[in-house]
Amino acid sequence: MDAYRQYPIRLRINGQDRAFDVESTVTLLDLLRERAGLTGTKKGCDHGQCGACTVLLDGRRVNACLTLAVMQNGHDITTIEGLADGATLHPLQQAFIDHDAFQCGYCTPGQICSAAGLVAEGQAQTADDVRELMSGNLCRCGAYPQIAQAVCAVMGIAK
Amino acid sequence: MNPFDFQQPADVDAALAALAAPGARPIAGGTNLLDLMKENVMKPSGLVDINAIAGLDTIEEDGAGLRLGALARNADTAYHPLVQTRYPLLAAAILAGASPQLRNMATNGGNLLQRTRCVYFYDVGTPCNKREPGTGCPAKAGLNRQLAILGTSAQCIATHPSDMCVALRALDATVHVCAANGERAIPFADFHRLPGDTPDVDSTLQPGELITHISLPDAHRFAQRFDYVKVRDRLSYAFALVSVAAALDLAADGTVRAARIALGGVAHKPWRVEEAEELLVGRTAGETAFEQAAERILRGARGYGQNDFKIPLAKNAIVQALTNATRKGDPR
Repeated sequence: MDAYRQYPIRLRINGQDRAFDVESTVTLLDLLRERAGLTGTKKGCDHGQCGACTVLLDGRRVNACLTLAVMQNGHDITTIEGLADGATLHPLQQAFIDHDAFQCGYCTPGQICSAAGLVAEGQAQTADDVRELMSGNLCRCGAYPQIAQAVCAVMGIAK
Repeated sequence: MNPFDFQQPADVDAALAALAAPGARPIAGGTNLLDLMKENVMKPSGLVDINAIAGLDTIEEDGAGLRLGALARNADTAYHPLVQTRYPLLAAAILAGASPQLRNMATNGGNLLQRTRCVYFYDVGTPCNKREPGTGCPAKAGLNRQLAILGTSAQCIATHPSDMCVALRALDATVHVCAANGERAIPFADFHRLPGDTPDVDSTLQPGELITHISLPDAHRFAQRFDYVKVRDRLSYAFALVSVAAALDLAADGTVRAARIALGGVAHKPWRVEEAEELLVGRTAGETAFEQAAERILRGARGYGQNDFKIPLAKNAIVQALTNATRKGDPR
């Protein structure tokens, strides 16, 4: 086996077709940060426990640290850099500002991508649902109340 | 992680051929396998990505039962209308596990094959009979708060970490697998195993076999009065200390016609004692009967120090789950 074999892959990232040659061991997270130059997606625990690396894969929220880049050949990825519409922030981005939903900001890209996935899933009906369905994203600053408020505001859920 | 060959076969036959290579393993969601590879706990020489195989991700009616594709994601399974209406206990158990992101990734087949979260299994700097047979088990006199109280062996006190599997055990699921020489069906009770003298072996799935789907028999009688109680150190996103999947079929006067009770977080496999369920049949649903069933289920339980509390906790959780299940079917 050639340990350094390169696998050619194509991904659609934030609406752009991109081609890469990667080793089999490269995670989607490392590809985004190290090869695609998209450092908005953060590496927290690298073990699927913190949610900082959350991105949208074919529109569904996933932990980018727990999938391999080669497994996502041909798929569509949206990162925090792809959410805004030009100079207009995504409603969740604006809500996080309006509700002061972060302190240090390290978990924020993952929180916002996760919230975008939550909205698309359509399973949250109440503020309790939002809190439960955002539990895959840790915030060590403890901005949880404001994060839940921001997400509820965008979803039109009474807090 | 170690370097490995990567293949993405388009059908089951190609996957089985690729899996015949020594050291090759299938990968689907990858949420547990890649984590273990990062820690060098698992070091496959080849990964066979089965995600491109068509037809393994469906959820469909199967006579009076249901067929869950091995590649269907946990989230899609839990939120599927047929699962929500006919097997709400399964939906509840799945949604009690992991996080939304992980449930979007993790597959039904992979959920069955996830490995213990025992800290010694994960830490390659320590001995572990499951990771390296014959090296010893530091957990028995060490960090065992999360570990087993039933069915343990001198070699291993690991637990199976799944929530989904607890409900599948309670609902009498069957695991369907295929190999180069044919297909076979494995009753859920026989799929996972106890550690005994070979704790490195988690299940009865043989090398070269691939899970294709899981089937569930008709269970409408258990779709009204059910509960999945999961006791854990955090309110969400934590493995069970003890979990209980409970379902009751009650007559109008409150007499138990049938019961199902399975436990998670307490053994190397989902723990179910059919004899305890039989104890409830014909009796009035209530605390006295539930406590006796719980005591039967926990017969032979032993703690290892830090996890001694799990024995009374499990008893209380069983009674709670059955009590909740009894009330659930009542008009509000």
